[in-house]
Amino acid sequence: MAKQILSPLPGTFYRRPAPDQPPYKEAGDAVAKGEVIGLVEVMKSFHEVKSTADGKIAAFLVENEGPVQAGQPLADLEG
Amino acid sequence: MPTKVIAGGLATTIQDLGRPGYYHLGIPISGAMDRFALRAANRLVGNDEGAAALEAVFIGPELEFTEDALVAVTGAEMTPKVDGDEQATWTAFPVKAGQVLSFDFLRAGARAYIAISGGIDVPMALGSRSTYAIGALGGFEGRAIQPGDLLPLGKAAPARAGKSLPEALRRGSGSPVELRVLPGLYWHRIVEASQKSFFDDTWKVAPECDRMGYRFRSGKALEFVPREPPFGAGSDPSNITDACYPYGSVQVPGGTEPIVLHRDAVSGGGYFMLGTVISADMDLIGQMQPHTPTRFVKVDMDEALAARHDRQRMLDRMREALA
Repeated sequence: MAKQILSPLPGTFYRRPAPDQPPYKEAGDAVAKGEVIGLVEVMKSFHEVKSTADGKIAAFLVENEGPVQAGQPLADLEG
Repeated sequence: MPTKVIAGGLATTIQDLGRPGYYHLGIPISGAMDRFALRAANRLVGNDEGAAALEAVFIGPELEFTEDALVAVTGAEMTPKVDGDEQATWTAFPVKAGQVLSFDFLRAGARAYIAISGGIDVPMALGSRSTYAIGALGGFEGRAIQPGDLLPLGKAAPARAGKSLPEALRRGSGSPVELRVLPGLYWHRIVEASQKSFFDDTWKVAPECDRMGYRFRSGKALEFVPREPPFGAGSDPSNITDACYPYGSVQVPGGTEPIVLHRDAVSGGGYFMLGTVISADMDLIGQMQPHTPTRFVKVDMDEALAARHDRQRMLDRMREALA
């Protein structure tokens, strides 16, 4: 089964560090274990979501500013 | 022998049943957001219902035990693991000295209550061990627990592993959620159409929800009855001359996003409150995740008191089941 990056907590998912900055990662980008791929906002604070493995991001499964639940897959990893 | 914190989770705090008696001085009541779950967790491990336990929101902590203990996890569905072995929720299980308690992803609800036999024996602050983090009061040094903290435990009473609360007596977290509201003193401030739309609309929990208050959005903005502003209220129609804020009161700054005040709320201010969520439903709010669809349901005082009576009966049944 392909690996996925899961949201550790519920909230709102952001793919960019700030509204005027580019996304952390695009589909097709290589990603290293521990590298930040997005933010989840909850309780007035932002929490970094880190990749749990080395690989390549095949696809993002949640849009920027999309609602997420804890354990919900945010991105598919390959490689 | 204390329990050692390896990882704190998101914002895990020590809570008991709260710190009533100081709200008029601006010190909130604090305590568990889901008090039924806290009471049940304590009973499962042989503690007094009001003993101090951990409230873990969205993400569980990781704890290393330095003495044998009984643990129970209630409230949110977040599977506890002892050295990696999954344990049942709402059930007392043993943890041996040297073992590590950790948690899986949150599956339902929002706040897990982790009771340890003996209770967490931090010093009392104004009659409670509850953490009021904004005011740096109570709990462990007035803040959420962090790696390296040593949580002191009290003396455990005799209790047995395997004791479990029957499912019918657990209070889970549904979706959508219905919260019953008793209209209050300032109800007349909004026009009739808004008095209707507030209860007709489906609202959603905003990600800003926390121990101070739960904010809701997605419903129609409320319209106010025109008025000559009273002294001290100013021109914003959602403002009033400063007043006391009850626990559970629903304020709607600017008429757009209702906020239900919860355990760590401020005790007064200048926003009108359209009513109050009834006491029987306040625990439910503590288990709501962001984005949960929510309906407010209008009740009168008789219905609110009947609901309180029902909750009391549920509490009595829980006590009988765990006696």
